[in-house]
Amino acid sequence: MKIELSQVSRWYGNVVAVNDVTMTIGPGVTGLLGPNGAGKSTLLHMMAGFLAPSGGTVTLDGTRVWKNHHIYRNIGLVPEREGVYGFLTGWQFVLSAARLHGLPDPVEAARKALATVEMEEPKDRRVETYSKGMRQRVKVAAALVHDPPVLLLDEPFNGMDPRQRLHLMDLIRNMGTAGKTILFSSHILEEVERVAQHIEVLVAGRHAASGNFREIRRLMTDRPHLFMIRSSDDRKLAAALIRDQSAGGITLRPDGLEVQATEFRRFARLLPRVAQAEGVRLHEISPADEDLESVFSYLINRST
Amino acid sequence: MNTVVAGITYRALLGRRRIILLLLLPLALLGLAVLFRVVAGNDQFMAVQLMQKFAIGTMLPLLGVIAGTGVIAPEIDDGTIIHLMSKPISRPTIIQTKFLVAASLLAVFGAVPTYFAAWLLAGNEDGIAAGFALGALVGGIAYAAVFLLLGVVTRHAVTIGIIYALVWESVVGGFIPGARQYSIQHWAGSIADQVSDSSFLKSDVTLGFAVPALLLVTVAGVVWAGQRLRVFSLTGDE
Repeated sequence: MKIELSQVSRWYGNVVAVNDVTMTIGPGVTGLLGPNGAGKSTLLHMMAGFLAPSGGTVTLDGTRVWKNHHIYRNIGLVPEREGVYGFLTGWQFVLSAARLHGLPDPVEAARKALATVEMEEPKDRRVETYSKGMRQRVKVAAALVHDPPVLLLDEPFNGMDPRQRLHLMDLIRNMGTAGKTILFSSHILEEVERVAQHIEVLVAGRHAASGNFREIRRLMTDRPHLFMIRSSDDRKLAAALIRDQSAGGITLRPDGLEVQATEFRRFARLLPRVAQAEGVRLHEISPADEDLESVFSYLINRST
Repeated sequence: MNTVVAGITYRALLGRRRIILLLLLPLALLGLAVLFRVVAGNDQFMAVQLMQKFAIGTMLPLLGVIAGTGVIAPEIDDGTIIHLMSKPISRPTIIQTKFLVAASLLAVFGAVPTYFAAWLLAGNEDGIAAGFALGALVGGIAYAAVFLLLGVVTRHAVTIGIIYALVWESVVGGFIPGARQYSIQHWAGSIADQVSDSSFLKSDVTLGFAVPALLLVTVAGVVWAGQRLRVFSLTGDE
């Protein structure tokens, strides 16, 4: 099944949370990547029928999502907020989901879903006694209980320990391979890379980039990089580097050189060669803007 | 009506400490009835006073707040409502089920104790017990609808509900005769008056006004709440 967003915007008062986003989410695993506050949850809520777009349309295989409870036969939703009744046991919670879907054999469906997330053993404990990761898995089980062709997960790996995280990643990958349409949001590039075949990048409410992880990686690698370099002779190194085109600008600071590299790969090859030729010893090379925020802000500037 | 939704709602309301809140007021009513009975004996005037001022005037609206908002507001607050709403069940069905749960709780914790308290004081004389029980039942149903709606439209449902119950229903209705026309407890009193022959019970609201008003408030509350839930939005914390 396909989720189609056409020129979707959402604003709150005069704050724009999602700005003119058009994308199609098809079978396989899609990662919705963006920094916190980029509008990922807002976009996901609109796909899940829990928020009306202020402009544009969201459809699931051609049918409008908003105010249409029939879509939930085909959608499984794992919200970011806890949203689990603490007084129910894991088993009761997942079974209630199966019953709410009106499945022919709710007991078997609930058993299967709990087995899928490896929650059979603690299933008879109350949800309020669960760890965050266990709650997350019970939520996934409840979302999977009717075997939906579409699965939407909002920051599913938050609060999970590494083992649980790997397990859920495997699960999502396998379901994607099996042909389900899966979308999950995350602000961590590595997470998205490991699970998603396709990545949609959202920055400040805008659709900043789209592609497989290699394309996104390259976009992020090819941008101008800022490095801090400490060496045995900063001034000499600076003079040698500036002769090459791959260094756009160099600032000589008391604690080292700040180098703006316009072509990352070329600069990466150039630096050790130049240093060797000039007889300068490199003490430290550190990226000054490697955090995701600056990667994202580069992408958003590029797309405008 | 959806039995899974009803089951979860009953458990949320009865399985936890909230049941103490639901029990407190009816127990106080029965306690007062026993006390009056011991001190004053069989007394119709006391019975009518206790029913009007406490049972229908105070206990019923407060129980309405507890049960009416309690069936939905906490779930909206903590996000658990998503579990019910992300299923192929129409939102008005969810609301209707929650309304039935709230109404049944008001019948059990409101109307039934009202009957026994009145019966303790006046036996079955002049239909006082039956009258107030019926009044509490229909009044409770209307309160269930009103406070359910309040629980859907605002996050401050309990505060607003208590202010409404205490200020409007008790004080304003008590002092300004005209306001009684627009008070659920006085509509309930009108029903009680209709059933009972007691000379101590005189309602200023006619049955011809009270019955349509109760019906209108109940139906409008449930329908409106259903519509509001249809456009329920998750705004997220971003």
